[in-house]
Amino acid sequence: MYDTPLTEADVSTEDAKILARNVQVHYGTTHAIKDVSVAIGDKAVTAFIGPSGCGKSTFLRCLNRMNDTIDACRVRGTILLDGDDIYHRRVDPVQLRARVGMVFQKPNPFPKSVYDNVAYGPRIHGLANSRADLDRIVEKSLRRAALWEEVKDRLSAPGTGLSGGQQQRLCIARAVATEPEVLLMDEPCSALDPIATAQIEDLIYELRDRFSVVIVTHSMQQAARISQKTAFFHLGHLVEFGETGQIFTNPQDPRTESYITGRIG
Amino acid sequence: MTGLAAPTPAPTPSPRPGRAALLAADPRTRKRNAAERRFRFCGVMAISIGLLFLVVLLAAIVSKGAGAFRQTFIALEVELREDTLDKNGNRAPEDIAKASTFAYAPLLGDALLAAIRDNGITTELQTRKEIKPLLSASAAAQVRDFVIANPERIGETVAFSVLAASRVDGYLKGRVSRDSVARSKNMDARHLDLIDALRDAGVVEKRFNPAFITGTDASEARPEQAGIGAAMLGSFFMMLVVLLLSLPIGVAASIYLEEFAPRNRLTDFIEINIANLAAVPSIVFGILGLAVFIRFAHLPQSAPLVGGLTLALMTLPTIVISTRASLTAVPPSIRDAALALGASKMQAVFHHTLPLAMPGILTGAIIGLAQALGETAPLLLIGMVGFIASTHPDGLASGFLDPNSAMPAQIYEWAKRADPAYYERAWGGIILLMLFLAAMNITAILLRRRFERRW
Ligand SMILES: Nc1ncnc2c1ncn2[C@@H]1O[C@H](COP(=O)(O)OP(=O)(O)O)[C@@H](O)[C@H]1O
Ligand SMILES: [Mg+2]
Repeated sequence: MYDTPLTEADVSTEDAKILARNVQVHYGTTHAIKDVSVAIGDKAVTAFIGPSGCGKSTFLRCLNRMNDTIDACRVRGTILLDGDDIYHRRVDPVQLRARVGMVFQKPNPFPKSVYDNVAYGPRIHGLANSRADLDRIVEKSLRRAALWEEVKDRLSAPGTGLSGGQQQRLCIARAVATEPEVLLMDEPCSALDPIATAQIEDLIYELRDRFSVVIVTHSMQQAARISQKTAFFHLGHLVEFGETGQIFTNPQDPRTESYITGRIG
Repeated sequence: MTGLAAPTPAPTPSPRPGRAALLAADPRTRKRNAAERRFRFCGVMAISIGLLFLVVLLAAIVSKGAGAFRQTFIALEVELREDTLDKNGNRAPEDIAKASTFAYAPLLGDALLAAIRDNGITTELQTRKEIKPLLSASAAAQVRDFVIANPERIGETVAFSVLAASRVDGYLKGRVSRDSVARSKNMDARHLDLIDALRDAGVVEKRFNPAFITGTDASEARPEQAGIGAAMLGSFFMMLVVLLLSLPIGVAASIYLEEFAPRNRLTDFIEINIANLAAVPSIVFGILGLAVFIRFAHLPQSAPLVGGLTLALMTLPTIVISTRASLTAVPPSIRDAALALGASKMQAVFHHTLPLAMPGILTGAIIGLAQALGETAPLLLIGMVGFIASTHPDGLASGFLDPNSAMPAQIYEWAKRADPAYYERAWGGIILLMLFLAAMNITAILLRRRFERRW
């Protein structure tokens, strides 16, 4: 029982936005993800928790094929986005990433103006027909990221000159500007202070209405606060996946329980 | 634990054993501070020595080369006599062209004698032949060029400022002394007295000589006439070839290797070879250029195109290495950010990585170019030491395929020649070369600033 992976039967597949089946990831000889199957719902927040190095980031990066940029990385298994296999030979990762946005652990705004940061995605995807259109998209995205009020007077100031929390919200605004369907967030608050973290959490709570959000987090409180579903990873296995409330109050697997009560981590 | 040790005596005001008072540095700190002071002293010394060498170098260059920019001229009123210059009196260009410089020499001699007389200078030198050593051999050619260009002035007396002979110039610059003249054939103390008198009268004068910067090389016997202009033009054409070839090829190769190429044996091999190429002595590139471009491809010898191709080969590794270094220095998070937004690899490179790497790339390119500009050895092998003594349009290297020289090759040529007047010109050439290098470095700094601010 201890090392058996979750079987597909445990995964509810109805109204899943992303459906992963038997995903295996290798970095050279390291087996980082071992036979993970999971269904990620639409218009909901799914949290990935687990001790460091258990493969949360790796799995998250499979969902928008950012692992393609790592030479040593090999992904096997199927991942379906709205029923389409994203690892199909004919799928262009560039197109996929326009639909599955990503926010990284460390805020990484481009060394360009706030405006250009947000406008970059719409520009390369041709989402705006005119300058006014683009202005609208930029404003809407910044509002969604709860940053508009703070930066509306300095849209041409460098994005790298904002505070850490503002930079991370700028990255979120940049990601939502391309109108993705799924938003992947890899520990988006780990570099932020508690106030900025609270702002981002509020923001994620809002974003849930429009996107399917997958968030990797180190903080179990955070997962409990903002997510509907939680997945617990351990040593490359998906140990337990279910309703957040149930995972935290009534874990089925002893490993989940030890982690939540602070015995592994 | 310490609490269990033997009972301590009554508390004393002295600091705890093992802890020095804050106001007195303990021996360990003193030792550390002394080491730090020694290191700083070494650093300051190293920089001072470097600066000292720089100052000595610059002082030597300026003191030895500045003279090359000033030249001694003789102001003459030359009577352009019709009976010698245009015997038929019809001003036909062919007839005028027939009069060689030999026909002009006597006119100049007369003019100088007249100048001596008019200024009331007494000298034993009374004949044209005796005063001839004062005039540069180029003077006759200068007057002849003027007459051919303005035939209508024949018959008039025209004011010229002609070059004095190299030794007159040398005497005024202190290079030629009375002792050294004693050993010479056609000049003696009387000439030097005459020069002094002419200088006092204002006939002989030392002034700025633009022809040194714009002119062409001259024969061994006429250093006063030699200029570095043609070689500068040759260097310019070469640098153009180097820039146009090595910058795009080098940057494209680096981008491909750094951002697109898979990491495998082949790319590792290429990488090692590029690093090795950067260390190959320049003369090897010279012989490669000779073998490939001249012997095999039959491109003309001494052409700036060939020089540029050869130097481009030499500059490429420098540019590739610096470009790759500046590309790697761009944080990967920027690339990830662009890719995660759905940018293609190429968009990520051209929109984000490349602009951020630009200052480094430009600096590397300019350093590579500066290296190429000062490079001499490969030029000697491909014959970029063409002797260009005539001016545009009749032969001055005006393109990529015309034989030419280059600044460092010209400097080398001059330094080789026996006449000390050429030694001075070599230093003068070095001043110009250094000015170009300084200008390039300043451009590099300015470009870097501009790109950094643009962010
Ligand atoms: N680029 C990589 N190359 C090789 N191994 C990697 C790479 N990234 C992650 N790994 C390995 O994969 C495993 C999972 O890592 P990761 O997904 O970053 O864990 P987490 O995000 O849960 O802390 C770790 O053992 C890690 O060493
Ligand atoms: Mg991680």
